Amino acid sequence: MRIISGLDRKNHLSRRGLLAAAGGIAAGSLLLPRSARAVLRLDITQGTPQPIPIAIPEFMGGQGGGSDVGRLLTSVITNNLKRSGLFLPLDPASFIERVQAFDAAPRFQDWRVINAQALVVGRVSREGDGRFRTEFRLWDVFAGTQLYGQQYFTQPDQIRRIGHIISDAIYERITGDKGYFDTKIVYVSESGAKERRTKRLAIMDQDGANNRYLTSGDALVLTPRFNPSSQEITFMSYGRAEPQVLLMNVETGQREVIGEFPGMTFAPRFSPEGQRIIFSLQKEANSNIYVMDLRSRRTTRLTDTAAIDTSPSYSPDGRSIVFESDRGGAQQIFVMNADGSNQRRISFGQGRYSTPVWSPRGDVIAFTKQSPGSFAIGVMKTDGSGERILTEGFHNEGPTWAPNGRVLMFFRDPGGNAGPQLYTIDLTGYNEQRVPTPGYASDPAWSPLLS
Amino acid sequence: MVNFIRLFRGTRFAMIAAAMLVAACANNPNDPNAAGGSASTPGSAQDFVVNVGDRVFFDSDSSELSSQARATLDKQAQWLNQYSRYSFTIEGHADERGTREYNIALGARRAQATRDYLVSRGVAANRMRTISYGKERPVAVCNDISCWSQNRRAVTVLNAGGV
Repeated sequence: MRIISGLDRKNHLSRRGLLAAAGGIAAGSLLLPRSARAVLRLDITQGTPQPIPIAIPEFMGGQGGGSDVGRLLTSVITNNLKRSGLFLPLDPASFIERVQAFDAAPRFQDWRVINAQALVVGRVSREGDGRFRTEFRLWDVFAGTQLYGQQYFTQPDQIRRIGHIISDAIYERITGDKGYFDTKIVYVSESGAKERRTKRLAIMDQDGANNRYLTSGDALVLTPRFNPSSQEITFMSYGRAEPQVLLMNVETGQREVIGEFPGMTFAPRFSPEGQRIIFSLQKEANSNIYVMDLRSRRTTRLTDTAAIDTSPSYSPDGRSIVFESDRGGAQQIFVMNADGSNQRRISFGQGRYSTPVWSPRGDVIAFTKQSPGSFAIGVMKTDGSGERILTEGFHNEGPTWAPNGRVLMFFRDPGGNAGPQLYTIDLTGYNEQRVPTPGYASDPAWSPLLS
Repeated sequence: MVNFIRLFRGTRFAMIAAAMLVAACANNPNDPNAAGGSASTPGSAQDFVVNVGDRVFFDSDSSELSSQARATLDKQAQWLNQYSRYSFTIEGHADERGTREYNIALGARRAQATRDYLVSRGVAANRMRTISYGKERPVAVCNDISCWSQNRRAVTVLNAGGV
């Protein structure tokens, strides 16, 4: 990556930088900021928190820096934090102080009176070699202390990513959880009449920017999924006589079939370390789950039923697999050990359960639930208890987790000749947001954090 | 729409048959020429679609062949045995009221049930292959059962011009 995350060595700017630079010696000086940090802390584990009022003045243009770049960074960060539902970016028209000096403390009183609890001050300048240098400080307004400070160097075409990285830093400092802004979404872009819909793989930033198509639309493509540890996706393609699971490098576009099988392969997903793929193989009327080691290309059968076993998803520790099966009549969710042993049903509610996806935190499983006239997205604990429906309607399908396990993305189809769109919703069931895409969109998959 | 169907139940089959014909024409615009014949030419692909019926329908989440479906497949088998120069593909489909991966497997199950029945009626297994499109290729588009029931189907598609 061309981004250099440089730690600022100025004592007053970055306590993390100080710690890294001076080792354990700096520990004493952390006392004040640490106690201050406890003041501004959003507990996102309980119900629906009140969003934190945050002021994000437009980033200053330093030496050779452009105001356009400052404006872009500010809008990326503001949009991210606002869409998270955990922050309330304040209207810049209400700002009293116009921050002029990046290296001086702000006039906290001016920010307190407009009830800003956090303040983000940034500066962007152009280096001699053409790179942008972006610096920012996160201030706790009521404690009157700096929570965090950092600087980054990047090529101009990566400047939006700096906005996402700064957003993640703010999110992490204030919620205590890792963010999810510096991530990508791979999805299926849809166009044309429903009877002959053209489907193309597309990839974009999580906020919908930088949309790019990965396939031409000649072949029907479905269910793309990210490799958690590389620039690779797996998906199903109808490009050959027999529909098959493929791998594609999203940087080079290079693709390959995972192997030759005596039937259709579908519903692929990577293991957490990215070295294996689990998928369904159809043989005659049945579909069973297999795992392939990508290094040896050795395939092992995990389920063996006269039924449809599909949509497998690993637990984050790689020890268990959740999947759906209609072996008992209708689709239900099952869990098994990674070697296929100890298969047990965990869903027992009214309706049909499908597309289970294990949370990156490991504690819950998201799913699609079908009831008469309704498709809902929900979560349950890994033993099947504690089911909660997050959103329900005519057709919601295919959840995917943000890497911090706090937000889910899925697609919603109004039916008829219209097409699906992507949405996000918090694990709490609140803060539903549409994700902008150039056209109809389905089958989203969230990448891990890029940095 | 439900009331509409109830009132006009008697005409529903005719409506579906008409829709099938239109869909078949729309899907295979070149087939009549490729097969070298028109609807009246016995042994043409058009003959198969119009006079035999190229598709059977399924209940929701089922791959069981109804008596009506078996009757259609009996006619298909007879025709396919008579015109043995054709190889063909059985396409399995599902309606939109299911999730993507499951519907892919369900379509495969329907294609397989159709295939097995034709084999049981003496059609050589090596003339046919199956493929599932899941819910990706509906023929009827609306938000009620009148469309979904037409989309839950297995279609016998002749390879143009015979083997």
